[in-house]
Amino acid sequence: MSTEVARGEVALSKTAHAAERPGSAARRSRDNRAGLAFAAPFLALFLAFLVWPIAHGVYLSFTGQTLTGAGGSWVGLSNYTEAFADPVMWRSLANTALFTVMSTVPLVLVALAMALLVNLGIPGQWLWRLSFFMPFLLASTVVALFWTWMYNPQLGLVNWLLAPLGIDPVAWLQDERWAMTAVVVTTLWWTVGFNFLLYLAALQNIPEQQYEAAAIDGAGPWRQLFSITIPQLGPTTVLIVILQVIASLKVFDQIYMMTNGGPNGVTRPVVQYIFEAGFTGYRFGYSAAISYVFFALIIVVSLVQLRITARRSA
Amino acid sequence: MPTDVLTPEPSTTTGAPHTVVRRTRRRVTPGRIAALVVLVVLAVTWLLPFAWALVTSLKSEAAAGSTPLAWIPADGFRLDAFTSVLSEGNIPQWTLNSLFTATAITVVTVATSALAAYAFSRLEFTGRRWLFVVVIASIIVPPQVLIVPLFYQMLTLNLVDTYWGIILPQVIAPAMVFILKKFFDQIPEELEDAARMDGASRLRVFTSIVLPLSRPILAAVSIFVFIGAWNNFLWPFIVTNDTSLMTLPVGLQTVKSAYGVQYAQNMASALLAAAPLIIVFLFFQRQIIKGIATTGFGGR
Repeated sequence: MSTEVARGEVALSKTAHAAERPGSAARRSRDNRAGLAFAAPFLALFLAFLVWPIAHGVYLSFTGQTLTGAGGSWVGLSNYTEAFADPVMWRSLANTALFTVMSTVPLVLVALAMALLVNLGIPGQWLWRLSFFMPFLLASTVVALFWTWMYNPQLGLVNWLLAPLGIDPVAWLQDERWAMTAVVVTTLWWTVGFNFLLYLAALQNIPEQQYEAAAIDGAGPWRQLFSITIPQLGPTTVLIVILQVIASLKVFDQIYMMTNGGPNGVTRPVVQYIFEAGFTGYRFGYSAAISYVFFALIIVVSLVQLRITARRSA
Repeated sequence: MPTDVLTPEPSTTTGAPHTVVRRTRRRVTPGRIAALVVLVVLAVTWLLPFAWALVTSLKSEAAAGSTPLAWIPADGFRLDAFTSVLSEGNIPQWTLNSLFTATAITVVTVATSALAAYAFSRLEFTGRRWLFVVVIASIIVPPQVLIVPLFYQMLTLNLVDTYWGIILPQVIAPAMVFILKKFFDQIPEELEDAARMDGASRLRVFTSIVLPLSRPILAAVSIFVFIGAWNNFLWPFIVTNDTSLMTLPVGLQTVKSAYGVQYAQNMASALLAAAPLIIVFLFFQRQIIKGIATTGFGGR
């Protein structure tokens, strides 16, 4: 059957919709079965490995469950009251918040600068893209290996590069004043390429006519940047900030591997505390309780972001 | 937001060259030279850790651990670090483990997500609306929150230290269901109706019409899931103790301390672990870049 004939029939069946009630009812029941069958594999996995762990984790957080299997009895809210009185949890939440602020700002601004520069059309496009994006493809372990080596106090490239500027060697990852900055710089290097690509795509979608019109009105390149480019990138910036804040709040891997939360706990993020409570302290119940405090924080931050974006676009 | 991958139009399905119309002000001005200088500085900075790792990996351990730092070692470049890492360590085994688990995760995730996304997009079934809301809402759940209950579940199911234990908790990707549903929503329904009139079943329509039209988005989603699974650290780290079952990122983390001060070997292992995905990227550069640009997701 040719598609044209088919289209004609579709048009017909649409105009004669009311007359076809019985047929569409049969179709609906067939769709119902097919729909459930199509969705079933995903929903089964979704229930087994997402919904169930979430629910069971809530239950665990009200018990004294340990990794060894003992202590599974109900303890009410005591894990939560303990968590709220636990200075280490507050400290780790504060570290996570600090990391989020310190990393989000450069991860947005440097990405924007990179995209603006590459979008000028300077030859070597593939090289720029590859340089800035390649680190994003690395596993956190590789990133940590590279940068632990870069930051090595005696043998690292960072101190070697800073020496000609008269800067004395710094033990970046062992110094309380510098460890968080060092981890942020590593994270910037690792993940900025993703935001860079989002900005670059958005830049290439700004209509050329706007720049032509502005040029005719006598606007120079800087004027065009601030009155056309930056405003046009607004929605992209919102998207990038939202994704970045959530991603930064979940930080764990690179910090765990580079500083193990140290020195003296100044870099330990909340996810590491969840991990340690459960898998080095063997306290599953307590770890689950901190997990849900963290989860609540993620939900609150997401809702706040949603409200701000809703108001902006309204 | 660009949406060209998300619209099943001929330009994306027939593989027509994707040319970006860019402003062409190619005059050499002081401003452009300054921009070029900044770009070069940035690119060199971003490539420096790779270069330093490569140079270190090609040194002898003695040269790698000596001061002053040298880009060209006095005793010459050598492949010793690579040969000893490959012959003594578990890197080949871990690479296979990563390849197997990441492939299995990708196949199961993409297959189940695509089927579910089609159901949510086209098939009016009981509870569809609220089920979809639940699935979308679950995008917000950070995987880190689930490590304790998931590990407890794997203990109960006796799946700790098994491939299943690594794979199963990683196959649920609500964000991918969302991306795929958005794509399927834009495929004109008339294309499917024609085949349905001929008596083709829903499954038939899905496999012979919908999937071929969705190749670009399926490629993008598959690459994201694969990158995410290949690089995932926390979950495989928690669920495996058996060295022979570890994935690359987990295995590397455990030998890092074993190698101690063997800097050349550390960098050689890191580079060997990085190589497969960089090669994948060089092959699929266009799909990855377009995929990220159009979906805002990157597999992490």
